Amino acid sequence: MQSGHKISSIWQNPLQTNKNNSLIEIQNLSFSYDKDLVLENLNLEVDEKDFLVLIGPNGGGKSTLMKLILGINPIQNGSIKIFNQPPHKSFTQIGYVPQNTNINTDFPIKAIEVVMMGHNSHKRPFFGYKKEEVAHATSILKQVGMEEFAHKKIGSLSGGQRQRIMIARALCANPKILLLDEPTSSIDADGQKQIYELLRELNKKITVIVVSHDLSVVLECATKVAHINKKLSFHDLSSVKKEFEINENHLCEVELIQMLGKCKC
Amino acid sequence: MLDALSYEFMQNALIAGILVSLISGIIGSLIVVNRMVFLAGGIAHAAYGGIGIAIFTGIPIFLGTTLFAVVAALFMAFVTLNQKDKIDTFTGLIWAVGMAIGIILVDLTPGYNVDLMSYLFGSILAVNREDLYFMASLFVIIIVVMTFWYRDILAVSYDSEYAALSGINVKFFYTLILILSALTVVIAIKVVGLILVIALLTIPIYIAQNLSSSLYSMMIISGFVASCFTIVGLWFSYSFDLTSGACIILVSALSLMIFMIFQKVK
Repeated sequence: MQSGHKISSIWQNPLQTNKNNSLIEIQNLSFSYDKDLVLENLNLEVDEKDFLVLIGPNGGGKSTLMKLILGINPIQNGSIKIFNQPPHKSFTQIGYVPQNTNINTDFPIKAIEVVMMGHNSHKRPFFGYKKEEVAHATSILKQVGMEEFAHKKIGSLSGGQRQRIMIARALCANPKILLLDEPTSSIDADGQKQIYELLRELNKKITVIVVSHDLSVVLECATKVAHINKKLSFHDLSSVKKEFEINENHLCEVELIQMLGKCKC
Repeated sequence: MLDALSYEFMQNALIAGILVSLISGIIGSLIVVNRMVFLAGGIAHAAYGGIGIAIFTGIPIFLGTTLFAVVAALFMAFVTLNQKDKIDTFTGLIWAVGMAIGIILVDLTPGYNVDLMSYLFGSILAVNREDLYFMASLFVIIIVVMTFWYRDILAVSYDSEYAALSGINVKFFYTLILILSALTVVIAIKVVGLILVIALLTIPIYIAQNLSSSLYSMMIISGFVASCFTIVGLWFSYSFDLTSGACIILVSALSLMIFMIFQKVK
């Protein structure tokens, strides 16, 4: 492939981009468990309506970065600012969809009750749920195409349907950012496609960050890709796609892997 | 059975049986959905240490059992909060150590002549007024806790990781569930004995779990089903002069079998 030099040109230093509208700003972030350095000097910016995919090998630090963004892990070195706030103060801004949606499938709980866990208003009713909460949850369920399943037991839904419920739960607090951890790892191919379509639809309004080793996401939806293996290399995919459109008019997965691999730097 | 109700001890037994059934329906549901059945069994057996301490020091047995069970629950909460994979190990530990403490202390008590069997297999016919007050207040406390904190407890039980992220104090509610389980176990010991507690906390709940699509309906159905089992078990116990705790458990197990067959056929 003759495009090696072009790839270096699309590798941009994220610090040089416009800071005014970035939602997440990560600077010189390092993290280690005991003495093992997991993340080394990361810099990353996420802007409004980005579709960022975090890829990388297992143990490369994807989950650690995600936990840092969510405020689960304490920040050791460097900084993360989400809307200019440290992570633990900004959880309401981020809707989180955990990796394993197959936990507790025999739990007696209705889909809409799971969704309403996403409400984190401090004005809770004396007991039960407020009418507005139910109405809001129902509208969110409609948004993810699951309103007819609102009163189904969570265990009776398929993996893909359950994933939609988890996305609805994350959307319930009206977050600006949706963060998903391996959203399609336990879903069949059809369900995966639907989830991506949903994510692309949601991406019209909010920023989406997906942690995945599934490169088909990168191809279908992503506008930015960050490869994490202790260090981070960043790719603005819109320009990559442009480059390829000029060259060959299409982009296949293999080429993309080759490209991303080459500019690991 | 109706003429039996003219005796005060039978009235007490019936009230106690229903109270304990309702309580174990609610807390048993929590124990089952949180996968803490083995843990509850551990606390039940550890409570024997409390019986030993009470006999040795001369404090009321109910008090000794309650304190010891709550301490065991707090210990379990403390050691397993940050390492959930150690639950089995520590449950086995408190299970055996609690019983060992109880046995040694009973050995050391001179002139000991309390009927040990009544703690192992229950003594619902010996329930007195104070026991009833204790059970009734526990019932009220549980209703209040579940009403105010239902959503938090539901969130913690269903997905504790997410609950923690959304700002719910998971450690507090986990500890609360354990303490309520310990108190439930203590009163259930009175009805079916510490060896049979597990059955009372699981059989009605299993049936209810299959019939309900939410946690609160599971709690209500469990309580109702357990009450039926207790009443029928008591009737058998009275009519044929058999140990009440064992009767209640066998009625429950038999009903469970019929329920399962019925479900298979359906």
